[in-house]
Order: sequence, then structure tokens, then C-alpha cells
Amino acid sequence: MNGEDLHYGILAEFDTPAATMAAAEKVRDQGYSRWDVHSPFPVHGMDEAMGLKNSQVGWFAFLGGAIGFFGGNLMIWYMNSFDYGLVVGGKPLYSAFSSFPVCYEMTILFAAFGSLFGMLILNRLPRLHHPLLKNRRFAQVTHDKFYVVIECDDPRYDQDDTHALLREAGSRHVELVRD
Amino acid sequence: MASKSHEGVAVAPPPLELEREPLVHNRRSLGWLSDRISGIVEGKTPLWWWVSFAICLPVAVLCPLMIGYLIVTGVGVWGLNHPVAWGWAIVNFVWWIGIGHAGTLISAILFLLRQKWRTSINRAAEAMTIFAVMCAGIFPAIHVGRIWFAWWLFPLPNSMGPLWPQFRSPLLWDVFAVSTYFTVSLLFWYMGLIPDLATIRDRAKGVVRKFCYGLFALGWTGSNRHWSNYEKAYLILAGLSTPLVLSVHSIVSFDFAVSQLPGWHTTIFPPYFVAGAIFSGFGMVLTLLIPLRTLFKLEDVITVRHIELMCKVTLATGSIVGYAYFMEVFIAWYGGNPYEAYAFQNRALGPFWWAYWIMISCNVICPQLFWFKKIRTNMVYVFVLSIFVNIGMWFERFVIVVTSLHRDFMPANWGDYTPTYVDVLTYVGTIGFFMTLFLLFIRFLPLVAISEVKGVTPAADPHHPAGGSRGEGH
Repeated sequence: MNGEDLHYGILAEFDTPAATMAAAEKVRDQGYSRWDVHSPFPVHGMDEAMGLKNSQVGWFAFLGGAIGFFGGNLMIWYMNSFDYGLVVGGKPLYSAFSSFPVCYEMTILFAAFGSLFGMLILNRLPRLHHPLLKNRRFAQVTHDKFYVVIECDDPRYDQDDTHALLREAGSRHVELVRD
Repeated sequence: MASKSHEGVAVAPPPLELEREPLVHNRRSLGWLSDRISGIVEGKTPLWWWVSFAICLPVAVLCPLMIGYLIVTGVGVWGLNHPVAWGWAIVNFVWWIGIGHAGTLISAILFLLRQKWRTSINRAAEAMTIFAVMCAGIFPAIHVGRIWFAWWLFPLPNSMGPLWPQFRSPLLWDVFAVSTYFTVSLLFWYMGLIPDLATIRDRAKGVVRKFCYGLFALGWTGSNRHWSNYEKAYLILAGLSTPLVLSVHSIVSFDFAVSQLPGWHTTIFPPYFVAGAIFSGFGMVLTLLIPLRTLFKLEDVITVRHIELMCKVTLATGSIVGYAYFMEVFIAWYGGNPYEAYAFQNRALGPFWWAYWIMISCNVICPQLFWFKKIRTNMVYVFVLSIFVNIGMWFERFVIVVTSLHRDFMPANWGDYTPTYVDVLTYVGTIGFFMTLFLLFIRFLPLVAISEVKGVTPAADPHHPAGGSRGEGH
């Protein structure tokens, strides 16, 4: 079992999204947990085929938006009413109406940061060194090939069985990826 | 027999005449798309690129030269004076920011409306947005008079109290609207670029190239777990950018509409400005993409259908703008306010009548030609008409800013306005700056969203025979 430590996982190449999806369903049904499908574009229906849950990015965006809106109101109240109030044209020092355009923009700004950074945090990106990126064959993933990768860390991983499973799923090229 | 119920009802494929025209012509494969689009970035720099760059760069240099002269000498070098205190600078600001709106409309609103044709044009349009907003941002900053105090626009701590910005002013709302717009557009554009930067990284031959593109690709591996979060983030950004794009030009219009000046003080301004912005933005997208699709042989990706659909959006928004012009004039008469009525009479028949009629002919009459399919599918006509749209929208802002200011309530306050060469060359300089940035963009970054276009081809659909489906379905 010592030799497995040198490997990151096992990679199977597919030519079409349909074949990849069928393979993903097989891997899902076998109960694997540390595995992934790699494709040049998001394949519609792959989340269900892999058994993935709804993405959590929305919470990050919501948090960002809430910070933007309430932070914006707080900032305007502090600056124009609390810290240095100036009466202009007899208008109230702080009003939710005149503050709204700025707070609206800040809601959008912070929610946008929330969704981008939420996506990066959930995906553990940036990660510039990845075992798969060292694999020559895997470079085709951004071109026109599809890959199912099962990691050696998976509790159900067995070199021969997993290899056979991916072969059976219709891959014509299965190889071990070095770590 | 039990399995039969799972198979469902067999549905015959739709008749051929009901099939939609494919978004990518000639059944191009997934590999062809990355080869062709990345090839633009990887191949030899074409001669026409060098020629255009050699023209645009010196023109762009005019911009810092003129701004330097303005800072050193003072605002007197511009044609501004009493009563026209907002001249070309504000006209150019509104014109550029309006152009920016098409990019966000294409990337956000058309995404929410599931208009798949947007994938071929969204990258270039978003780049156009970012560069146009950069050009727009120059003008208010240099318009403040004492430019070294431009940072007072932002809520930064200072030694004057601290004295904070006045948040009840629409001009300050504008600062927040425009800077948010720029930042969110940049985030959206960059997020869309990540998978395509990974494509170029994986194809790169040299180490430097691999490192540079790889650094900005953030280690993207096309993982479906990543795609799942990515698509959700993209959807949320589209959902956020939609109210953003509508709010930005609404807030720009508040700069005018919240004032008391006849010709500016109208409630129609926000929707009318937004429609005009999208109209001018599509004009600019057409101006840029029609030559590019030919020069880079992208006719299979940016097809005639794409151009036609953009013409239809231009027609729709142009008609809204035409309606708004009509309604402004109608309300000026129907409202019974003599100052308002005079402002509109003065626009059409006063000393700046020529600007008003250029605006009407370019923005109201020109786009109506897009009703004809013969014109929509002829690239030369569409290109020429798109230039007219750009010209017309510049004049619209000129009419709004200058004609409203030069004759207000008191005849003693009336005056004339002529721009100086500094006004003109600063504007020309921003066009050079915009074109230089756009040329650099098409040279170094993929100008079509490769992964998104791949995703709308039949080969990407797991339920389509081209995607490997054998018709069992799921």
C-alpha cells in the first residue's frame, strides 16, 4: 500500500459529455466521495449525475450585500449627521431616502465581491500547483476532453477495482496521476 | 414490462423548418473553437493590428497632454463659461458611460433572459464596457476645477474636521454609481475570463506565457465541483449587475433631473437615459465587432444572426429613445410651463438647431432602417448605421447639456458656447485611449468567451446525438 502515497488519483478520459455523465452516475452509485469530473465547460445535469448539492455561494453574496447596505447607511449617518452635521437647504441631516442611491450601489458592490470571493473560497482557489496540472494528458481538459478523476484518499479507492470501474464506464484511457 | 414506464413517451424530433439556426455555423467542433479563438492570441500579430496601434497610440497620448495643459493652466483653456458651465466634458462623460451599458446588458440581462447568442459577443462587449467606463471616469475627475482636490469626492478621512462628502447630492451618488459599475464590470469580466485563461495556459508553449496566463487562471482545472460554484456565482453576478446597469444611468440622469433647470427637470429622464445608453452601447458593439469578425475570420462564431439580433435590440431601444424625445416635447407643451416650453422650442429652432436635428436624424430615423432584413444582414449598412448611432447619441448629450444651460429663466443670463481645441483634443484623446486598450485586449486575451460558446454547441449537450447521447435520455 506504500506505493499509493506517490499517486494523487486515477484519471479516466472521455470524449463526449454523455459518456462522462453516464460514468459519473456509475461512480456516484458506487459511493465514492473524493472524486470529480473535469470538463471544458459546465455540463448541464452533471451536478445531479455527481450527486452535488446546491452551491453555497449565495450566502457569501447575501452577507456581502447586507454589509454593503447597512454599512453604507451607517457611514452616511456617521459622516453627514453624527461626526460633522451641516444643514443644507433645511434638509434633514440623515434621511433614508437621500442615502438610498449610495447604499443601493454599495449593496451591489459588496454582494459582487461576496459572490466572486465566495466562489474562490468554496473552490479553494487560487491553487496554482495541482497534481492534475502536471499531467500532460490532462491539459486537454480545457480543449475538448472530459475526465473523471477518483482520488487515492477516497475510502472506497482500490487501485484494481477503481481502474476496472472506470474502464467499464467506457473510458478508453485510464491512468494513474502522480502526486 | 415495469421498465417500460420509465422510458416515457417517445417524442418525434421537431420538423426541420422549426429548428433554430445553430449559434455556431458549419458544425464546428469544441476543439475548433479553442484553436480558432486562442489562435488569435497565440498567432503572429497581423499587420493591420500594428497599423491601427500606430495610429491609436499617438492619439491616446493627446489625452494626458491636454489634461496636463488643463491642470497647469486652469479651466479657462476649456470653452466653459457662464452660463454654460457644463460643456464637452460632461457630454463626453455621459456618452462614454452610456456606451458601457451594452456590455453589462449583454453579460447580465441577456444571461438572465437565457439568450444563448450572447456567448459569442459578451467578452468583447464587457471589455468595451470597462474601457468606456475608464474613459468616462476621466471627465468628472478633471472637471472639478482644482484637480488636486478630486479625492474630496471620496469619503476619505482628512484634516479639515474631517469634512465629509455631501451625501444628499446626486453628483456624489454618481461617484458611487460609476465606481461600483466599473468594479463590478471588472469582476464579472475577470470571472468569465478564468476558464479561458486556463485554456491558453494549457496550450502555451513558452514558460513565461504559461506562467503569466496560469497565474491569472488561478489554477483552474475545469472541475465540476468548481463549475457548480462558478455557475452560481455567475448567476448571482448577473442578478446583481441587472439592477446595477439600470441604476447607473438612472443616477447619471439624476445629475440633471434633480436640478430645477427647464429641459433637465423631468421625471422621464431615468428610463430615457437607460434606453439611450443601451442604444449607444449596441451601436459601439456593432462598430467594433463587424470589422473584427471579418479580420479574425470569426464568421462562424459571430454569425450574421448575431449581428441581426443586435440590430433588433438597437431598433427597440432606438424606438424607446424616439418615444422619449416625443414625450418630452409633448409634456413641455401640455405641462403649461412657459420656461419648459421655451427650452424645447429653443432646442429645435434656436442657435443649436443643427445639433437637435442631427440627434433626431441619427437616433430616431436611422435605427428605423433596421426594420428591413436586407439592411440588418448587410454588414456595410449595419456598420455605417452603427457609426450614426454613436454620433447621434453624442449629440443627444450635447443637446441636453448645452441647449438647456445656454438660455434659462432670465434673458440677461443667456449666453453662447463654443468648445476650444483643448475640449476637442481631450475627447479625441479618449477615443484613442479606448481604441488602444481595445487593441491590446484583442491581442492578449481571448475576445470570445471560449468555454461559454462551447457550452451552447450541440456537442456540449449530453442529450444531443452530437454530445454522445444514444437517445436513451436521463
